[in-house]
Amino acid sequence: MEPKIIDFEQGWDYIETGITAMKRQFEVPVPEITPEHILDLYTAVYKMCTQRSPHDFSSQLYQKCCETMEEYMNSTVLPALNEKLGDEYMLLRELLKRWSNHKMLVRLLSAIFHYLNRYFIVRESLPSIEKVGMGYFRDLVYNKIQCKVREAVLALVDKEREGEDIDRKLMKRVLEFYVEIGMERYEQDFETFMLKDTASYYSRKASSWIQEDSIHDYIFKSEQCLQKEKERVSHYLHFSSEPNLVKVVKHEFSVVHENQILEKTHAERQISLGPLAKIFKQHVTDTTINAKEQVLIRKVIELHEMYMVTECFQNHTLFHKDLKRAVAGSDALLATFCDRIILKKWGSEELSDEDIEKVVIFLAYISDEKDIFAEFYRKKLALRLLLNRGVSDDHERSILTKLKQQNRGQFTFKMERMMTDLTLSRENQNSFKEYVASYNHVAKPGIGLTVTLLTSGIWPSYKTFGINLPNEMVKCIEVFKEFYETKTKGRKLTWIHSLGTCHVNGQFDQKPIELIVSTHQAVVLLLFNTKDKLSYNDIQTQLNVGHEDLVWLLYSLSCGKYKILIKEPATETVSRTDVFEFNSKFTARMCRVKIPLPHVNDRKKVIEDVDKDRRYAINATIVRIMKGKKALGLQQLVSECVEQLNQMFKPDIKAIKMRIEDLITRDFLERDRENPNIFRYLA
Amino acid sequence: MRRSAASKKKSDSITTSTTDLFRSASSKATTKEMDRIDHLFNQYANISSNLIDPEGIEELCSNLEVSHTDIRILMLAWKMKAEKQGYFTQEEWRRGLKALRADTINKLKKALPELEKEVRRQSNFADFYAYAFRYCLTEEKQKSIDIETICQLLDIVMGSTFRAQVDYFVEYLKIQNDYKVINMDQWMGFYRFCNEISFPEMTEYNPELAWPLVLDSFVEWISEKEA
Repeated sequence: MEPKIIDFEQGWDYIETGITAMKRQFEVPVPEITPEHILDLYTAVYKMCTQRSPHDFSSQLYQKCCETMEEYMNSTVLPALNEKLGDEYMLLRELLKRWSNHKMLVRLLSAIFHYLNRYFIVRESLPSIEKVGMGYFRDLVYNKIQCKVREAVLALVDKEREGEDIDRKLMKRVLEFYVEIGMERYEQDFETFMLKDTASYYSRKASSWIQEDSIHDYIFKSEQCLQKEKERVSHYLHFSSEPNLVKVVKHEFSVVHENQILEKTHAERQISLGPLAKIFKQHVTDTTINAKEQVLIRKVIELHEMYMVTECFQNHTLFHKDLKRAVAGSDALLATFCDRIILKKWGSEELSDEDIEKVVIFLAYISDEKDIFAEFYRKKLALRLLLNRGVSDDHERSILTKLKQQNRGQFTFKMERMMTDLTLSRENQNSFKEYVASYNHVAKPGIGLTVTLLTSGIWPSYKTFGINLPNEMVKCIEVFKEFYETKTKGRKLTWIHSLGTCHVNGQFDQKPIELIVSTHQAVVLLLFNTKDKLSYNDIQTQLNVGHEDLVWLLYSLSCGKYKILIKEPATETVSRTDVFEFNSKFTARMCRVKIPLPHVNDRKKVIEDVDKDRRYAINATIVRIMKGKKALGLQQLVSECVEQLNQMFKPDIKAIKMRIEDLITRDFLERDRENPNIFRYLA
Repeated sequence: MRRSAASKKKSDSITTSTTDLFRSASSKATTKEMDRIDHLFNQYANISSNLIDPEGIEELCSNLEVSHTDIRILMLAWKMKAEKQGYFTQEEWRRGLKALRADTINKLKKALPELEKEVRRQSNFADFYAYAFRYCLTEEKQKSIDIETICQLLDIVMGSTFRAQVDYFVEYLKIQNDYKVINMDQWMGFYRFCNEISFPEMTEYNPELAWPLVLDSFVEWISEKEA
């Protein structure tokens, strides 16, 4: 029996009832339509589309479907929204509700008319039901109310700026709605206006603050505003709006009122850098940190907040130049100052780790010749690390990370490697301990040895001098060498005894005291185990140490604060005719005493090292440039060189010429035969 | 009119023999010249090494009646394209004397003024100047010459033509500490300096151009001296 033909009127009636039920569902939260019902509707559509002509009603059904959506927009959705125009929250909530309903409706209709979507629509190249639905919403609803919607959103944004709490979740969903309608709509209908609104809002604020507030407060307020706007982006604005938004805020605060800011700065002298620089230069060389310096530290931290943290003014040319000029030429001092700050968290006013970081980062930032600053900083860091002074490793690392972010290039490369070296060294030491423990050899080393391995080239080069070690130490070194050979082959170990520390037990009359001395000092002291009295010559012969170094050693043990050895005659200096005796009467309050050996500060050497590095850098840069350009005139070569090296230092034409001549001698370059002003690269 | 074959032959043979004669005469002459040159060589050369060594050169100089620091000896070396300072090989000797057409000491002596004229021609002098530097490089990989030798060389090579520049530059080189040696580029730079820059005004001098640094310092030193 043939299936019954569904006639159009009948069929459509049935379907329409279902659709109406769906629509009603949006208004009244009572489920009026069941899944089975949907299936029935689907089947009805199916039948009506698969009936043989002239009963194939695909086209009519498509039309009706579209009409019903259109009708719904006009009769129900838009009026509902128009009702709520008076209140921002009500409007926005209604919008979201209607949008959600609409999406659901379209989905349901797509389901029911699925057969249409798949065949008829494709065949006739018509827009899908979904597309049509979206189009209707956009054209018949959105376009009509979007101005009002935008006004509502911006009104809420301004309320939030004024301090009111707003419904951020709602805002987020509204802006997501914009994006769903189309990114273009977000940008054109919303973002453009939002930026304009922001600009005028902050224009008003900035104008009044610049009049009323101190420069300090103005800057802080501007920073807070910038921060809040960024938060706004993360809370509900689309992320793509951030760069433009930031630009607008910065513009209103720093560019628009540039002149006034400058005037204010000079007028208030709050950031007068001249006196600041003076204090730097005066007090950095003091050995004690006093009250004035504490003020200085506070000031630097303040400046850090202003220049580093306040994005509005970072790298602003007004301030940048002033700062650098004020501290020009003090790079070594700046680095030394950093070291002292890190080493001494002083008495009454403890500096937090964060504060220390701020000072270091700031000083690095304003230093002019970064490579000098870096070199001094590296040297100080090395001593801090090797002599276990200063702050924790984590903290040093944290500072290095920030320095790295701030400075491009090789600024922190060696320093980071230094820290890695120490970590590896510690691991190595553990292995060494195990090795010694399992040492079967009869002549096990009698004293504990801790070795720190430094990769050459990464650490500053340290002077050391040879000395004849006592057997006990020689044994230790042999064992370590053996151990090290098991780990790596073909590496040369150079012992830097000048940096080593020894704990020596001194059996004095009153009480035994543990002496903490350098390795060299320990070797001298151990000589007195066999003999109480030794002449200078005896000592020198036995130890095979140069005169200058030996004088220095003996001085530290006999003429300093702690006299472990008695010197005859008891003059202020050590001479070749002196005789030394073990001071059995030596005593101290503590049971452990450190005998210091002052480390030579060798500032000259640092400058020499930096000069050397600069020469290499210029050489490498010239070769690189010439390799690329093949032939270049002097002036161009100089200007390109300066540009490439500008980050770290400014090479002068003399230095560059010198390097060029060196490269000519080494056959990297030659002078052009026709034009002596041009150089050629020799492959 | 047909000439008799015999007579043609005759004339031929005359022509041929004349050519032969001429050829053999000139080659004989050449060979004779070369012999004399070689003979002269042997008079000064060291028997075991078959080279004219410094001793031989000194003798040569005294026979030529020039001092061994005279520029003309250097010019002679240049003409010979002599490679090693203080020595002349037989080949070099032959080359030089042949070019000068001198096979006796007297002829050589007479050839010297002409040689000097030739060398001082603008087109040749730069080459000679560079040659003078190379001639003083005694070690294999040597690229520069010590200050003292340079001062002497400058005096010899440029002293007669650029007396003032040489005197000032030599004075400067002796008192400065930055340079212990001079390389070819700096050497040639001085030549350019003498030719292009008026002395002692030096108004055309611009240290921002690619003049060798030693000349920049030299010019600076002069202006400080004048001040």
